[in-house]
Amino acid sequence: MIAALLRRDLAQFFPFTGSGAALPVVFFVAVAMLFPFAVGPDVNLLARTGGGVVWIAALLAAILPLEKLVARDIELGFFDQLKLRGMAEEAMMAVRLVAHWLSFGPPLVLATFPAAALLKIEGETFQILVLGLIAGTPGLAAIGLMIAALTASLRAGAALSGLLLIPLALPILIFGAGALARQDHISLGFVAAISLALAALAPFAAGAAIRAAREN
Amino acid sequence: MPANPPSLSAHDLACRRGDRLLFRRLSFALAPGAACHVTGANGAGKTTLIRAAAGLTTPYAGEVRRTGALALLDERSGLDPDLPLGRALAFWFGLDGAGKADTIMARLRLEALAEVPVRYLSTGQKKRAALARVLGQAAPIWLLDEPLSGLDTASQGLVSELVREHCAQQGIALIASHQPLDVPGMTSFAIEDFAPAQQEHEA
Repeated sequence: MIAALLRRDLAQFFPFTGSGAALPVVFFVAVAMLFPFAVGPDVNLLARTGGGVVWIAALLAAILPLEKLVARDIELGFFDQLKLRGMAEEAMMAVRLVAHWLSFGPPLVLATFPAAALLKIEGETFQILVLGLIAGTPGLAAIGLMIAALTASLRAGAALSGLLLIPLALPILIFGAGALARQDHISLGFVAAISLALAALAPFAAGAAIRAAREN
Repeated sequence: MPANPPSLSAHDLACRRGDRLLFRRLSFALAPGAACHVTGANGAGKTTLIRAAAGLTTPYAGEVRRTGALALLDERSGLDPDLPLGRALAFWFGLDGAGKADTIMARLRLEALAEVPVRYLSTGQKKRAALARVLGQAAPIWLLDEPLSGLDTASQGLVSELVREHCAQQGIALIASHQPLDVPGMTSFAIEDFAPAQQEHEA
């Protein structure tokens, strides 16, 4: 049952198979492309600030898929039908978290290659940037899932979720982008730790949220 | 069929929506083979009763007891709108281990629609698709919320026929509808009979 649900969720959210799911990645590369136009083609400046830009682009790209992540399946009665078949809300949300991360984390990491080339990020910095995104995107996905589940039953949910994600993602951004400035791997450890804690928490928080949404 | 015979019963059930008490002191017990028709005006609490019976809403008071798996049909089909109908149904058939998918599709006259994305289906076609999902589940307890709405006359007759067959195989059906069904031996109650007296003509 879990495997069937994961297959279905991946088909829904994965880039190029799901509906408009490639948008976050395109958006991410577009931001990296715009930045040199805005600040000028100074190689030193780009190399120094480019990593931070990639992190901000990743954070903003994480907001885009939230609107459809949970609300649509509540409206469809999809979660109700799974519940009747004995599946716990926590399990549904854990599967959704895995599918959401797979459809947005790895594509974003791949898109970092062209983005880094545009921003003149090379060598050690590039390596830390990619490692940081690998460590940080599960956390971004977990925050996104919790927010999407909490705001699913609200009318202005989509706009609100963007606003809520930014402060919650701040620790990941600080350590992830901070690792670039100091060129160290210890901050990456912090990013990974925050991500793991969030990913462990998210299914329970999101599960409780969709249970509560059902009662009204 | 499970070893335990299916059963569904409510004991002194009361449900609210928001601050409003919809019904109270509602009790019923359905044995294998029993069908029960709940009538009532829009907003009287039929859907809430069905959701409480399904365990999807916590009752304000009282309890629902049931033995056996549940199948729920309501106004939401649970089918992915972007997928062709055949694949959207195949997901649920796969979960429920439904063997005779083709027979079920043919029974509900859905074969011709298998390649049509769910979002292009009409209300009645969607309802038939949801019925196919219910049939595939092969659950002993059926909870049907407005199963006839949006259906043409022939399909309405088919719903009655399916309920008759389901009950003949010792299944239980709780049906909320303001339209009549042709099922012999079906009991029936009006949900308004259980409405709190002081709120009957609320301003």
